[in-house]
Amino acid sequence: MATHKITLTVNGAARDAQVESRLLLVHLLRESFRLTGTHIGCDTTHCGACTVLLDGQPVKSCTVLAVQADGREVETVEGLEHDGKLHPVQEGFWEKHGLQCGFCTPGMLMTSCALLARTKEPSDQDIREAISGNLCRCTGYVNIIQAVQYAAAKLRER
Amino acid sequence: MIPAGFDYHAPSTLSEAVALLSRYGEGAKVLSGGQSLLPLLKLRLGHAEHLVDIGRIPGLEYIKEEGGMLRIGGRTRESTLEQSELIRSRYPILHDTVRVIADPLVRNLATVGGNLAHGDPGNDHPATMLALGAQVVAVGPTGERIIPIDQFFLGLFTTALQPDEILTEIRIPAPPPRSGGAYVKLERKVGDYATAAAAAQVTLGANGVLDRVGLALTNVGPTPVRSRDAEDALVGKRPSDAVIAEAARGAADASTPTPDRRGSVEYKRAMARVLAVRALKQAVQRAGGQ
Repeated sequence: MATHKITLTVNGAARDAQVESRLLLVHLLRESFRLTGTHIGCDTTHCGACTVLLDGQPVKSCTVLAVQADGREVETVEGLEHDGKLHPVQEGFWEKHGLQCGFCTPGMLMTSCALLARTKEPSDQDIREAISGNLCRCTGYVNIIQAVQYAAAKLRER
Repeated sequence: MIPAGFDYHAPSTLSEAVALLSRYGEGAKVLSGGQSLLPLLKLRLGHAEHLVDIGRIPGLEYIKEEGGMLRIGGRTRESTLEQSELIRSRYPILHDTVRVIADPLVRNLATVGGNLAHGDPGNDHPATMLALGAQVVAVGPTGERIIPIDQFFLGLFTTALQPDEILTEIRIPAPPPRSGGAYVKLERKVGDYATAAAAAQVTLGANGVLDRVGLALTNVGPTPVRSRDAEDALVGKRPSDAVIAEAARGAADASTPTPDRRGSVEYKRAMARVLAVRALKQAVQRAGGQ
């Protein structure tokens, strides 16, 4: 089976890799690039723990081939913090207790970032719909919605 | 889970893609959004020696009305369809449908053509396309052919597409005035396949009777089911509660669901009936009836 040389942008930096056709994007990120913030949860396109942004859109990286990301831009949870300062969405999850065990959190953060990039003033319903492909078994979602609203308010102040 | 090994091809033109499919025959699969195909390969329920990714071919993503038809490019993403103002305002049945397909993250990659070409009776677009009387455009080595949607779904995961054909476009007749449609789905949770769902598209005549009716059901048989007898029973009648209830009962009785964790045969038929009633009533209301 042939391998492919791919070049993609990960959190703003160009990265090269030689990949097997069947390698999944989540494995490229975690195992080749050691970006283990992106979690593997159900591994069956249900839970959203592996959510990353692909050209700005949240997708489940367990259901994308690494080779499909050739020439494209990937953002992971590692790219949110800048100069030791949390992204407003991360700050929201901290302030509003938007997590307990934290397993779903990287995916929740990426989906929330994508929502807030296109919707400055989301309703609670907008947030519920946006994260409906990200499962959390701890929080009951209430604090997650408050966390995203916190981040939305913070981003509007900028 | 890791899929079994395969070779990946990313052609940049349609003819190159068709040539690859012709060369590899049954061993090749078309990769569109990958949201059904990749899980199948990972679970090793499906097998492919070659994946032909049509995602690098320009010109397959569009939504436009032209020549009395709505034309949707085969690789149009569900999220694009969902956000389309044209779809929201002119084709509410399609807007209803796309919003209940999987979840928003999956819809960012999943495609309309893929949803049809996969041939899964649990998918949501098939019933809606049956109700709308759509056509599917397939491109193969000898050129393009048009397949009426009624002849497209042959069996479980089996469609009229040949191994060397690619679904490039979906054509839907633009609805005449006083038309309306709706898709109503029962799901256990967001992202689940339908326990049952109903698609209805109607056109009202000047005197308030039903001129045209399309009615189809999701996930209550080995293929999506068009309810022809129920359609025939409705055409020419005023859409009263009694007439709709009778037609919906006929449609549900004719369905052939299988029992599984989503419910028994009796339960699924009962739900199909209720959902057909709701879809028909909503369609009539959107068409400007009561």
